[in-house]
Amino acid sequence: MAEPILALDDLCKAYGALKVTSHVSLDVRPGEIHAVIGPNGAGKTTLIGQISGSLAPDSGRISFDGRDVTSLPMHARAHAGLLRSFQITEILPAFTARENVALALQAREGHSFRFWRNVSRDADLNARADACLAELGLEARAEVPAGTLSHGEKRALELAIAMACEPKLLLLDEPMAGTGREETDRLVEVLRALKGRYAMLLVEHDMSAVFALADRISVLVYGEIVATGTPEEIRDNPRVREAYLGEEAVA
Amino acid sequence: MSTQSASTRLSRELIGALVVFALFAGLPVLADAMGDTFVVFFTIRIMVFAIAAVSLSLILGYGAMVSFGHAAYLGLGAYSVAILAEHGIWDVTVSLPVTLAVCGLFALVTGAISLKTRGVYFIMITLAFGQMAYYTATSLSAYGGDDGLTMWGRTEILGSTALGDRTVFYYVVLGCLLTCYLLARMIVASRFGRVLQGAKQSEMRLRAIGIDPYAYRLVAYVIAGMMAGLAGALLANAAEFVSPAYMSWHRSGELIVMVVLGGLGSLLGAIVGAASFLVLEEVLSHFTEHWRLIFGPFLVLVVLFGRGGLISLLPGGRKNG
Amino acid sequence: MSATLFAVQTLNGLQLGILLFLIAAGLTLVFGVMDFINLAHGVQYMLGAYLAVAGYAITGTFWGAMLIALIGALVVGLLLEALIFRHLYDRDHLDQVLATFGVILFLNEAVKVIWGAAPLTLPMPDLLSGSIEIMDGLLYPVYRIALIVTGLAVAALLYVLVSKTRAGMLVRAGATNAPMVSALGVDIRRLFMLVFGFGTMLAGFAGILAAPILVVEPGMGDNLLILAFVVIVIGGIGSIRGAFLAALIVGLVDTLGRGFATDIAKLLLSPSAANDVGPAIASMLIYILMAGVLFFRPTGLFPVRGG
Repeated sequence: MAEPILALDDLCKAYGALKVTSHVSLDVRPGEIHAVIGPNGAGKTTLIGQISGSLAPDSGRISFDGRDVTSLPMHARAHAGLLRSFQITEILPAFTARENVALALQAREGHSFRFWRNVSRDADLNARADACLAELGLEARAEVPAGTLSHGEKRALELAIAMACEPKLLLLDEPMAGTGREETDRLVEVLRALKGRYAMLLVEHDMSAVFALADRISVLVYGEIVATGTPEEIRDNPRVREAYLGEEAVA
Repeated sequence: MSTQSASTRLSRELIGALVVFALFAGLPVLADAMGDTFVVFFTIRIMVFAIAAVSLSLILGYGAMVSFGHAAYLGLGAYSVAILAEHGIWDVTVSLPVTLAVCGLFALVTGAISLKTRGVYFIMITLAFGQMAYYTATSLSAYGGDDGLTMWGRTEILGSTALGDRTVFYYVVLGCLLTCYLLARMIVASRFGRVLQGAKQSEMRLRAIGIDPYAYRLVAYVIAGMMAGLAGALLANAAEFVSPAYMSWHRSGELIVMVVLGGLGSLLGAIVGAASFLVLEEVLSHFTEHWRLIFGPFLVLVVLFGRGGLISLLPGGRKNG
Repeated sequence: MSATLFAVQTLNGLQLGILLFLIAAGLTLVFGVMDFINLAHGVQYMLGAYLAVAGYAITGTFWGAMLIALIGALVVGLLLEALIFRHLYDRDHLDQVLATFGVILFLNEAVKVIWGAAPLTLPMPDLLSGSIEIMDGLLYPVYRIALIVTGLAVAALLYVLVSKTRAGMLVRAGATNAPMVSALGVDIRRLFMLVFGFGTMLAGFAGILAAPILVVEPGMGDNLLILAFVVIVIGGIGSIRGAFLAALIVGLVDTLGRGFATDIAKLLLSPSAANDVGPAIASMLIYILMAGVLFFRPTGLFPVRGG
């Protein structure tokens, strides 16, 4: 078995008496899509926060690409190749789609203490940004202010931004949230096309998307991983059915 | 669709800048023809404050750093020049580097602390540092304390007293303004400027792609401080006098007013804003010494109803986005 | 640096701290509940003092002046709220700073037009004039002691109001999470007005109390406003308890600093250098204090909410 690209080891976090993350251990292997599912309040958002570096765990260890990143801030983890998307899209609304991606490319190239050249006339940078946009079908929208893109386009733009950073792992925080059926289908296709190229940790509510994409699934309930396995194993796991799928079926 | 509008917007800003600077350049000739010397002195003042406003616009308009202590740099620059002069050092080759170093260092230290905070805390802590500079100046009894310090002359250039000539001084100030404006434009359009503007829109997004905005903000803050310091040095030369009042918090407030009045996110707007503010002050104070009775409510109305600033009213001016 | 002098300076520091607290309490509540940064809060303090002088001219007694000034300050505050501030609650801080800066310019000038630029005074009430000996050889004015006691009483009253009453509970909840409070069906507008009016009156009250011992002049609120901002930033915006502690700390540090900085500087420097450096250091002390606090705790000593 290949060395995992991301490994969480016994991660714990509590707010007062409330354990939001309880002894979570899981890993993501290179090229794999590992999905984390769980009912509302299962602690998915806090888990993502800890992996991406915006929240510090109380105890436990996060290793990424062979090194301990537990105490690294978010921007340093991004530099190492751990890129996240946001549940509520986080783009730079006044910038064009191209500028959004170009900034990510710029971040990849080390520091930006460059004052002299006009960045919007940097043909090489723009060409590479356009290539990223094209990969997600956004080439026609390159010069539109990102704030005026449709919701699905913003989702795609977030992916383009992440890809521009040459990620080793994509941490996707409910990428389907708030999208319509058609857009969801499109995003599933996009992610399927990227499968194998990047390892992905997919935290998602949309069951059909998860079962269509994931190689492995972990189920998070009340901050605890109750099961990890292939989609088939998860589907048949009685504990999961009881704790999660049953509840979902009722809802 | 927007390549075209972006480029026309750009060329419009260019035309606007050409008009503004042509006006500044032609003014002394016109004033000489009419025999009016006041206008020249007054325009020097406008240009000096325009430099300070451009510097504040750089961090406020493009980096969303609401500095409420920017007048401190005006004062620091002015005092640097005046104190050196008091000790017999008049030459620009010494006074300019010293001024820039003093302002840059003060900005580096106070910025490093201030930028750890956000929002209203940032406003308050920059205000506090401004007050610190102010009270320090008032207690410098060796240099006039509360009463200020008179400079018996102007900065010399390699021993030449050419700046004593009104017209020469005018064009030197204009040159400084043009340089600062172009420099600020270049910074805004650079990779550095893109990071700064990105951080203004979403700090989280920048962290997520691997950029920690702190150092970029700090460098912008230091650049702005040095630019405002240059304005202060020119102000001391223009008035041949410095006083703690240069760095009172009212002055910092006025600088913000200039930037917002002209239009946030437009460097040309900062120049237009500085000019409008000072002209308005001058005109109103001709009618009544209590011009603030009119200016105060005017300011409130501008905030409540006049979004986008003056620059958006000019034909071809950019809308605030 | 005798013990008596130290005691006097400590009392003076407490007195400044109390005035600062009265101003800062309103400021921190208004900011905490409404996310509204009101630079014009300092002119409310000034108005309190001026209205007291005017009230004295009408009634001829300190107590009549106080009553008139309190009502006047409240009316002006509510008027400003209804006319201007109400429209700024949803705006960003920059807009709030600018508009309230405009209000300061206007009111400072208006006061000059109405009462002139020359400093005025308000006579002390007879009841509280004179001094008492509070320790061996230390005479201290009764009025100043009364001021400290009154301030402490107001602080206690505020504490009870905020922690024990329903309105106080809403105010605390509002400072932590305003949308939640309005979601609970509370009329947030009325709550805002209540808090604003109350804060305004406290600032006016501080102005009235200060009028007999400080000069009443245009712009007198500006410096105290800055100090009050230092107080609420150190204390943590939205926190009454923080404001109280920070006000006393700032009052004491500032007063004792001014009293003794030169003497302390003389221990290290030549007398003439100390005379220069002492006052400079003294006036910078509280700002250094604030910078230090914010460096280690970017949201103050008692943060009410993050960010």
